[in-house]
Amino acid sequence: MTYPATYKYTKDHEWLDVSGDRGKAGVTDYAQKQLGDVVYLELPATGTKLMQGQSFGTIESVKAVSELYAPVSGEVVDVNAALKNKPEQVNADPHGSWLIVIQLANPAELSTLLDASQYADLVK
Amino acid sequence: MVEFGGWEMPLEYTGITQEHLAVRTAAGVFDVSHMGELEIAGKDALAAVQSIFCNDAAKLQPGQAQYSAILTELGTFVDDVIVCRLRSDHFLIVVNAANTFKDYGWIAARAGSFGDAVVMDATSRYALIAVQGPAAAAVVQPLTGVDLASLKYYSFAHGEIANVRGTVSRTGYTGEDGFELFVPPQQADRVWQAINASGEPHGLIPCGLGARDTLRLEAGMRLYGNEIDETTTALEADLGWIVAWNKDQFVGAETLRAQKAGALTRKLIGFELTDPGVARHGYDVYVDGSPIGKVASGTQTPTVKKSIGMTYVPIAFAGHGQEFEIDIRGRRAHARVVPLPFYRRMSP
Repeated sequence: MTYPATYKYTKDHEWLDVSGDRGKAGVTDYAQKQLGDVVYLELPATGTKLMQGQSFGTIESVKAVSELYAPVSGEVVDVNAALKNKPEQVNADPHGSWLIVIQLANPAELSTLLDASQYADLVK
Repeated sequence: MVEFGGWEMPLEYTGITQEHLAVRTAAGVFDVSHMGELEIAGKDALAAVQSIFCNDAAKLQPGQAQYSAILTELGTFVDDVIVCRLRSDHFLIVVNAANTFKDYGWIAARAGSFGDAVVMDATSRYALIAVQGPAAAAVVQPLTGVDLASLKYYSFAHGEIANVRGTVSRTGYTGEDGFELFVPPQQADRVWQAINASGEPHGLIPCGLGARDTLRLEAGMRLYGNEIDETTTALEADLGWIVAWNKDQFVGAETLRAQKAGALTRKLIGFELTDPGVARHGYDVYVDGSPIGKVASGTQTPTVKKSIGMTYVPIAFAGHGQEFEIDIRGRRAHARVVPLPFYRRMSP
């Protein structure tokens, strides 16, 4: 699977799809492959304030549980509630399954993220 | 790949859920060569086996196997095992990989006192391949002259499998019908390839340790190191059915008889989470707000998509429907005691 060129990525295998001053965050194809079948997501409430790199929830597969880390600082303004009942969507369409929307607190942080080719190199 | 009992083993091939469902609906093949094999032989072998193991091996005819255990004087588990009677005076014991050396030492220290009985570690002579699932017989039958239709559950027969001399045992650790094939390690690859080729049209796929764990957990089978160890007794583990109470003497009998007479304080139960999440091995269990132990095993079950597990609770809280809590990384999730096993296959 290719990594969307318009997304930004973290070394912890989250992606961020920025549009204006907001970004949708999810986990990468590499992450879902490592985890295997995702069975449960624990996501924050809207209004939660996150610092870049802070854990904002957990993603759980049959074999393991992993923390989710905020790609950037900001407030959670939307949560993908539909995924709660079908977490396997993350396996089927990792780059289309956004988990939360973050209202960016500090857009300068975007320069600390990886672009698609850098991320692809990281997980090669 | 993961380390397990000193062996490097695949956790999964194509994915735990897919492998799990293949075994429930078609068939899966597992390389379980890590399992240890000990042999006890000599004209007094039966006497040694009857004393060292808690089940009644005298009930076994040659060609029959039974689930049994080696217990300490306290009635706790040195190991849980399958005892196979090869001949009247010759037993094959299938043990957990990580316990092979411990079991060998335990048996060797005791077998001699029964006269003519010796124990040998035969692990390196056997590769073990498990074919499990409703299609298992259809997969294996074309490869062997052993008549599988007449091979009863917990029976075994010697013969050829894919032109390799070995033993076919109708046993397993998945809750499905299936076979475990004992073959020489040098020829195990040929057998593995033949099973995969024979099984492909039936939907058979290779399965790893991950699916082995979720399958056995759904079937309510205990795993040494999780549900049972040297701190848990056979009665606490609700395995009284593998204890031959009518035998005069066996190691651990005295403690177990006292426990059976009324001193049992805790019991292994099955639970289902009523809140979202997965309760994993080692998570703290609370009853009425007080910590009472840890989760022995827990997973999200691929078959029924519920979060299930096993844990020990005080006997007063062991009734079906009893509610308690499990700490899932700082969040208290509600759980309820449910009957074991979580999954039972339809007949036969």
